[in-house]
Formats: sequence, C-alpha cells, structure tokens
Amino acid sequence: MMADSGPKEVAVIGNTELTSAELDNNIKNTMVEIEKGTSLLRKLEISVAEAEKRTGKNTVNMQEIYTVYLIETRPVDALTEGITPDSLWRRYSEFELLRNYLLVTYPFVVVAPLPEKRAEIVWHKLSADNMDPDFVERRRVGLENFLHRVASHPVLCNDNIFNIFLTEQDKDWKEMVYETGFQAKADSRLKAVNAAFRVKNPDGRFTELKHYSDELQTVLSQLLRVRARVADRLYGVYKVHGNYGRVFSEWSAIEKEMGDGLQSAGHHMDAYAASVDDILEEEEHYADQLKEYLFYTDALRAVCRKHELTQFELEMVALDLACKKQQKEELVTGTVRTFSLKGMTSKLFGQETAEQREAKLQVLEQQLKEGEEAVKEKNTESDEFVKTAWVDIERFKDQKDRDLKEALISYAVMQISMCKKGIQVWTNAKECFNKM
Amino acid sequence: MSRTIDAVVSPTQTNTIPADISGQMLDLDEDDDLEVFSKDLTLADGNMFNASMPTSPGSMVNQCKFEEDEESDSKDIFITVDNPESHVTAIETFITYRVLTKTTRSEFDNSEYEVRRRYQDFLWLKGKLEDAHSTLIVHPLPEKFVVKGMVERFNGDFIETRRKALHKFLNRIADHPILSCSEDFKVFLSAQAWELTTYKKQGPGFLSRMGETVRAVANSVRGVKNRPEEFTAIQEYVEDFSNKIGSLDKVTQRIVKEQKEYLEELKEYGPTYTLWSGSEEELAEQLKGVAGCIERCCKETEEQVGHLSDTLVPVLHEYVLCAETLKAVLRRRDNIQAEFEAKNEALATKKVDRDAESSDLGFVWGSLLGKNPEEARHQRQERLDGEIEELKEEIDKLEDRVEWANNALKGDWGRWQRSMRGDLKSAFLSTAEKNVDYYEKYFIFIHTQITVSL
Repeated sequence: MMADSGPKEVAVIGNTELTSAELDNNIKNTMVEIEKGTSLLRKLEISVAEAEKRTGKNTVNMQEIYTVYLIETRPVDALTEGITPDSLWRRYSEFELLRNYLLVTYPFVVVAPLPEKRAEIVWHKLSADNMDPDFVERRRVGLENFLHRVASHPVLCNDNIFNIFLTEQDKDWKEMVYETGFQAKADSRLKAVNAAFRVKNPDGRFTELKHYSDELQTVLSQLLRVRARVADRLYGVYKVHGNYGRVFSEWSAIEKEMGDGLQSAGHHMDAYAASVDDILEEEEHYADQLKEYLFYTDALRAVCRKHELTQFELEMVALDLACKKQQKEELVTGTVRTFSLKGMTSKLFGQETAEQREAKLQVLEQQLKEGEEAVKEKNTESDEFVKTAWVDIERFKDQKDRDLKEALISYAVMQISMCKKGIQVWTNAKECFNKM
Repeated sequence: MSRTIDAVVSPTQTNTIPADISGQMLDLDEDDDLEVFSKDLTLADGNMFNASMPTSPGSMVNQCKFEEDEESDSKDIFITVDNPESHVTAIETFITYRVLTKTTRSEFDNSEYEVRRRYQDFLWLKGKLEDAHSTLIVHPLPEKFVVKGMVERFNGDFIETRRKALHKFLNRIADHPILSCSEDFKVFLSAQAWELTTYKKQGPGFLSRMGETVRAVANSVRGVKNRPEEFTAIQEYVEDFSNKIGSLDKVTQRIVKEQKEYLEELKEYGPTYTLWSGSEEELAEQLKGVAGCIERCCKETEEQVGHLSDTLVPVLHEYVLCAETLKAVLRRRDNIQAEFEAKNEALATKKVDRDAESSDLGFVWGSLLGKNPEEARHQRQERLDGEIEELKEEIDKLEDRVEWANNALKGDWGRWQRSMRGDLKSAFLSTAEKNVDYYEKYFIFIHTQITVSL
C-alpha cells in the first residue's frame, strides 16, 4: 500500500565508479531540466512510499515513539517487468545526518532543505502535532522531494554515502558517515559561523546573494503566515454556509409552495460548505512549495558564509606574508620602521652580530617561501570555491525561477478552479430559489 | 431619549445629511418601488373608496372586498421616504424623513403631498392601525433602538437602513386593501406637522385605551376555549417560522462577519507578493500578477459583503419582526374570541339564575325588606330578563366582531404568505445571483492575468 502523492519523478543516480568522461557526461545530462519521463543515464526510481510508527529506546534509554519512512528504489527499465523495488526504512534523524554530511562535504553546493521537523506555519485545521497523519503525510512528500533534489544534482548524486543511504540496509550507514570525518569539518565550520570576523574584500556577488537570501526569508515567512490566516478565514466563510443547509431543510418542512425549492437549495449550501476542504488541501501543496524555498535560504547563506571564511583565511595568510616581507626588508636594510621591543633592545644593548642576522634572514626566507606557497594555495582554493559555488548558484537560480513560476501559475489555476466550483454551486442554488 | 451629536450645532440650525446621499436615495427608491409593486397584488379599485370612510368593522366587510386573485398593475398611490435630516432643539435631537406622496385617489384633496415625519409619527400610525384593525397584519416598523452592536443612532448606515424600512412600511400599507383606506393613514401622508399634532390629540383617550387593554389582558388570562383548528395551525406555523427566520438571520449575519474578517486578511496578503517582486528579476512579473489577482479578490469581496448587508440582511430582519407581529395578531384574535366566550358563559349563568324557580335567598331578602315575596320574585325576574337581553345584544355584537376578526385574519393571512414568499425568494435569488457574479468576475480577471503576466 503506497501512499501516493502524485506522479513520481524520475531522478538520476550515478554509480560510484565512473571514468572522468562518464562523469562529465553525467553532469552534462543532469544539468538538463529534470522532468517526468525524461530519458537519462542510469535512471533509478526513488520514492518515499510509506510512513510507520515505531517504538524504541532512545539515547538516554527512554521509551520513545518515532516515525520511519520506507525508501523504495528501482531501476526504471524494470518498470514494465513489475519487479518489486528494493526498500529500506529510515527515520527523520538519519535524513538530517545525511544532509549535514552533504553540507559539510560539498560546501559550494546549495543543498536542498528537509521538510519541517515540527509543524510551524500551519492554519488551524492541521494540528501542529508531529504525530498527526496529515503532517506525517506532508513530511513524507517533503522527504521524497529532498531525495529527488539530491539525486538530480550533478555533483551530489555521485556521492557514495548518499547512494548507500538509498539502497543498503545492512551496512551500518551511520558508522560510515562518521568515518568520513565530516564531524571535524562540521565543528570547524561551526566555529567559523560563531566567530566574528571581518572580510576586507568579499566577492560582491556573494554579498548580494546574502542580502537576497535574507530578503527572501523575511518575505516568504510573512507571506506564508498571512496565507495561513487567509485560509483560516476562508474556511470559516464556507463552513457557516452549511448552516443554511440545515435551516433550509427544517424550514422546507413547514412550507408548501416553497418546500421543494428550499430543500434542494439547502443541499447546494451543504455542497458549497464541503467544497472548501479540497480547495484548501490543494493550497497546502502550494504552500509547501513556497516553504521549500524559504528553507533553501539557509543553504544559500551557508554557501555565502563558506566564501567569507575562505576569503578571510586567504586575507589572513596574505597579511601574514606581507608582514614577513616587511620584517625581511627591515632586517636587510637595517632600518627599523616600526617600533618593536627587539628594535629597542638592540638599540640599548647593541646591534646583533652578522651571524645572528644571517640566521634570522634564513629563517625568514624559509617562512616567506612557505607563506607564498600558502597564499597561492589559498588563492587557488578561493578561486576554485567561487567558481564551483557560482556554477551551483546559477543552477539553483534557474531551478528556483522555474519551480516558483510553475507554483504561481498553478496557484492561479487553483483559484480558477475555486471560482468554477463557486459559479456552479450558486447557479444551482439560484435555480432552486427560482422554484420557490 | 436624546443624544448629543459631536458636531457643534446651534439649536435653530437644521443639518442636512450630505447632499450626495439624498440624491442617491431618490434614485434607488424609484426603481425599488416599481419592482416591488409589480409583484405585489394591488387591490386599488377606485370604486371602493368613498370620501368619508366608515370605520366600523361591519361596514368595512362590505366595503372592501378581498380581491386577491386580481393582479393589478394600476397603482394609484406612490409613496417615497427619503432625505433624512437631523433636527436639533434645546431638549432633543431627532431625525425627520421626507414623505412624498403622489396619488390619484379621490379621498385625497391634492394629487401630491410632501411632509416631514419622524420615527415617533410612524409609531403612532402603526398603533392607530393596529387598534382599528386588530387582526390585520401590519408590516413591522424598524426597531426603536439597535439592540446589539455599536451603531450610533445617527450613524449614516443606521439611518439609511431605517429609511428603507420606513419606506417599505408605508408602501405595504398603501398596498393593503383595508389599511390603505384608513383615515389615520391619509392624515399621516397629507397633514402638515402642526395639523398632525392636533389630530393625534383627538380620538380615544389614554384612559379608555387602558380599560380596553385591561379587559384584553383579563380575557387572555382566561384563555380561549374553542379555537378553530385553522388558527391553531397558523399559530404552529408561526412558531416554527419564527424559529427558522431567526436562525437564518443569525447565520446571515455570521456570514457577513466572516467575510469581513476574510477581507481584512486578504488586504494584507496581496502586498506580500508585491514586496517579494521587489527582490526578484525573472519572477517579478508573475508575482505582481498574483498580487493583482488578490487585490481584485478584495474588491469583489467587498462588493459582495455590501450586497449581502443591503439586500438579504434587512429582509431577514424584517421577517423576524413580522413573526412577532403575527404572534401578536393571533393573540389579539384569541382575545376577541375569549371575550365572546366569556360573555356567553355569563349569559348562561344568568339564565340559570333566572330559571331557578325559587330562590331561598331571594325569599329571605325580600321578607327582610318587608316586601311581598311574590312581588320580590317578579321584580327579580324582570331585572334578570333585562340583563339577559342586554347581554344578548352585546353577544351579538361580539359575535360579529369575532367573525369579522377571523375573516380579516384569514384574508390577510393568505396575502401575507404571498408577500413573504415573494420577498424572501427575491432576496435569496438576488444573493445567489450576486455570488455567481462574484465568482464570474474574479474568474475572468484571473484568466486574463494568466495569459498576460503569469
């Protein structure tokens, strides 16, 4: 019994041992817009098919109830042959671990977000309870979407850890993740996040991107909040009309001429009141699409921060090199341009010997060489990062524009559908009133 | 009870509600009137009305026939209520309305009258009509005060709602075959202010009215014994109808409230898309398109709420009041019958008294007075016979009264039901039409938006 959320998207999974040519080919192919039914290399069908509740002991040895999700994978060629898919169960925390690993390992990638851990921006009908079946269902859809995003990403889809997450139950996947040592990197990133550092020459595009992410986050939060309130109110309007149904029906019992007209009008009022449920459920799907991009802003900011960190390190190293150069110059020319204790003491206690100076010079020369190496390295690192990050950012921008444009259009179409239903119900009611 | 207006006004000045409103009201009225009149059954037949209108029930039955099957488009009287003005005196502040009458009826001296009336005057007219025709169904007046909500007595909306209701009130009376013949009605429409005041002072005094009321109460306490089946049926219907219409009134007001709250949120919703469009390049146009749609939805919703408040809410409210009127009419009919029954019982008792051959008490009494027992008995017989004759006369009159009351009510009942059906059908129909219109307009707008910018 598969919980169906609509047609399943086909995503690309590459295997982990590819020649560079194949890799290029993969990337080229995956750069193409992913659409249902599009033919790509090594298609694998992925779905998060079900959700189940489990009980178990948590880390502090207490009983807890949690939900697990069934991940099914199947090569697309096998579709027509009706081969049962491979499947395994994963819980939300494992998805989180996977995502953190990807974030750290590929800092230049805008990594897709996970669906909400806790239901936050909801309207009153949906409870904020994590165990609520509607919430679980929407989360299931969100997790599936996450997997599709990762699987269709030109770089991420090749990651070994990701592939094992999808397909192999037996291995201790968590152990494997920790063995990659990503935790250490994660810690240093965390330190970087918390450290207050000032970058002198950040790439302007990243600064702009950071501002954009902040703006987008603010506006989407507000939009989603107001939308939820609007949905609430609309629900109220429709449901109150249900009372007409009841009263018309009761009233029709005491009327002779008007009875039939009233009775049937009442039925239409009931239908009207009931129609809002479908309308709002469709809208919830739209809200989820917007929410994904709200959560994406975190990933965008993370990439910007990584750039700042890289840039900062580069600047530090360059500064250090400049310092060393200056020191060498001072030593060679014997001039002391800057005040230093050494300078003072040498003045007071006499100059160094030629041998001492020579020794110092040699040390400095070595340091200078190392410093120049470091600067070159950092420069390359920074350039590489900027280049790869910007490729992914462009990819993300295109994806965002496409997705959101489609979402907005479908929203308008939803409104049209709502109008059509309204026209039908009230035209019917009008005919009934005419018969009164 | 008077209230002070915030604006400072000198006692002698009269403030006119801004001119644009009065202009609007006149236009509204003409169309409304004609709509309503063509649906209602008009019974205006010039032959039926004489210059001097007798007001005794007996003659009325003969004069005005209930020609309900005749649908006549020949209206001979047109009344409009408009142009509210506030009057400030040293003691109080009140609003007057202009009552304009155009008529070809012969009992009116002129063909056109323009007078100003205040709410009190309407109340007086209603009271007089109900007194004279206690079992006819007089259309209700708008309420004296607004019970709930925080509507100021001099708030524009309140005044407009009241004006419309007063307009309907007068027109319903004009449509009524019997009520429109009333002298009080004629005076109300034609007399100048001071003439009306003088006229009001005539007629049965306050005390005699009290007497009647006391008698009515006394009889109603006793209750009616043999109510005809059809009136019991009407009463049961009125009970149920009162409940249903009350519920509909509440539901509709709730819908208005919910719609208004929905509108408030919508007004905040559209701008978020506009704000977002400022941060986007590719998406900017689409976002503005969605913002535009939401804005349009706001506009349409506002119109729809307005229509609901103007059309359905007042009509439902009117019929809530009607239900109360009906209950009162049924009570009055019962009282008339109760009075008749009471008198009948009194007659029976008297007859029993008279026919009692020997009354020990009478004998003893007579002998105490030193009278001849024979003579005493004879005198007593004569006295009782006289009283019995009197009672019989009264009972005849009351019987007439009961018959007339029942016929009046029966006739009016059919009339009222038809009006009710017409009014409510029209109001619900209009609401449904407006709702279709709402969705259609919004649909078309989104459609064009999709092709243009989305």
